Amino acid sequence: MSEQKVLVSVQHLKKYFPVGKKQTLKAVDDVTFDIYKGETLGLVGESGCGKSTLGRTIIGLYPPTDGHVVFDGQVMDGKQSAAVHKEFTRRVQMVFQDPYASLNPRMKVMDIVAEGIDNHGLAKSRKERDQMVIDLLNTVGLQQEHANRFPHEFSGGQRQRVGIARALALNPDFIIADEPISALDVSIQAQVINLFQDLQKERGLTYLFIAHDLSMIKHISDRVGVMYLGSLVELTTSDEIFDHPLHPYTQAMFSAIPLADPELENNRKRIMLHGSIPSPVNLGPGCRFAGRCPYATDRCRTESPAFKEVAPGHFVACHQVN
Amino acid sequence: MDDILNVKDLHVEIKTHHGIVKAVRGVSFHLAPKETLAIVGESGCGKSISVKATMRLLPSNGRISRGSVQLEGRELISLSEREMLKIRGSDIAMIFQDPMTSLNPTMTVGKQIVEMLKAHRKDMSAADMKKRAVELLELVGISNPEMRYKQYPHELSGGMRQRVVIAIALACDPKVLIADEPTTALDVTIQAQILDLMKELQNKIDTSIIIITHNLGVVANIAKRVCVMYGGQVVETGNVADIFYRPQHPYTKGLLSAVPKLHEKTDKLHTILGTPPDLMNPPQGCPFAARCSHTMKVCQQYQPPFTQFEEGHTSACWLHDPRCHLEEGNSHE
Repeated sequence: MSEQKVLVSVQHLKKYFPVGKKQTLKAVDDVTFDIYKGETLGLVGESGCGKSTLGRTIIGLYPPTDGHVVFDGQVMDGKQSAAVHKEFTRRVQMVFQDPYASLNPRMKVMDIVAEGIDNHGLAKSRKERDQMVIDLLNTVGLQQEHANRFPHEFSGGQRQRVGIARALALNPDFIIADEPISALDVSIQAQVINLFQDLQKERGLTYLFIAHDLSMIKHISDRVGVMYLGSLVELTTSDEIFDHPLHPYTQAMFSAIPLADPELENNRKRIMLHGSIPSPVNLGPGCRFAGRCPYATDRCRTESPAFKEVAPGHFVACHQVN
Repeated sequence: MDDILNVKDLHVEIKTHHGIVKAVRGVSFHLAPKETLAIVGESGCGKSISVKATMRLLPSNGRISRGSVQLEGRELISLSEREMLKIRGSDIAMIFQDPMTSLNPTMTVGKQIVEMLKAHRKDMSAADMKKRAVELLELVGISNPEMRYKQYPHELSGGMRQRVVIAIALACDPKVLIADEPTTALDVTIQAQILDLMKELQNKIDTSIIIITHNLGVVANIAKRVCVMYGGQVVETGNVADIFYRPQHPYTKGLLSAVPKLHEKTDKLHTILGTPPDLMNPPQGCPFAARCSHTMKVCQQYQPPFTQFEEGHTSACWLHDPRCHLEEGNSHE
């Protein structure tokens, strides 16, 4: 792991939203981790844990409350020069969850995909621009004639391919994919996932892949991070996190995934969590999982655990793990 | 054992601006007492419309063009809306996908349970109804039911709301409980709680369950029998072990291998090329022919009949026809 080059370094990133007059919602609270060049980092967690907010804060769609992102050695703290920022917006792209809402219904696919090319002035002539778009459409498995159609003429899977073509248009290094397959059917999901993997091999892309489908995350990721209520609670390689999860929340969540195999499914031990995720507004001190954790002690309820490396490359935030 | 619910050759048409969508084209299934049947398929395959037609809850532009639905031998298709009102909620109840939209936000949850009792149990006194509502909240695992009775849906979490929806559905001891994607809107840890609750309740109150889902893990967890639907038709049906370990239809096989396995390492996911058929102009032959890797000439022209494998395990595919193997050499493209 030490030889690998860090492409994105997220440092003490925080994103708070004001709620009402005096309250704050800590959607992302002091998250620190690195993403290596060429890897897929999967980010999982239940709804409302802040995984999408984290993705959007990294790319700069939300200004961070505190902390910053270091991208390929450049600190992106809002004080970077305009040229550095423009280069960042070219090299980091995003694929969104809902292929119905993320494409402008009044624009043709040609213009949707070419928008970034135009903004960055990457094409010298109209002809070159159109050719670039057609090449991109071919790359994602669409045809030339699709360029002159509107988004409503496509199925969900095809729209997601348009979204991917748009993200690829600027030849980025890093793509944040925020639940790119959760709006798609099972057989279509597999097509899109294979496309993501093929593109990574061809172009050496780095992915931050956000999803709540744990079996898909295991399939696509090299490393997996687990979030709970705005904090990263565990981060390690994909095999390690599924074979030896250390955080009680990770253990419970993985034991709750229904497996598509009736015998395995009915004969395994489940760690049942009681209750549901508390509101992220005005959280008290201590570990955020303490209220649902079967191993919680007084220390857990008063002192927040640090996110520490317990084994090489295996980070976890829990007082009970040493 | 006699079936509690028997759906035969159901056809549903939905009128839209663009034309008539033949959403369900000859669906048959049956449900034995205390059994759990899962109907799986992708969006638009007609699984939701089939059960909505069973309950006569189709949207106003939809109609049942043919078929029969029998509840304990009684035909439901020909009943008047007035008679149907008596059956819905008391004999067949339904749980919907999104607990946020299926509860009334302006009414306390207790009142919503009582409303169900008022409609179907006219002999009960108001005090009894309240008592029963609190009992139901307790039955579905809601702690402190007396206090929850007075709360509004927005004061409850998603998992709790789904428990309330289940409590309402169970209020009149229905014989059949239809759950349309009951856990899709919930997180995994909450999903596990709700599935456990449904299994536990089934043992306690002897109800039969039809669960509609696209999640094969949920099917493996809860179902005893499975119907796989595609393009408005049932393509394969069988016991849960038949479907998962001995699938026969190419679509079922494709669907199972498109899901990554948590305990196995696969380099590449199996994909089913193409997209589902347009049911405005449904294919003349097998609905899966356009995406199947074994398509023959006959598949495009004639609908395949059901072939029986084990007891209760049938699949509709021309590959099962003995004649197909004779001509295998020249008919494969």
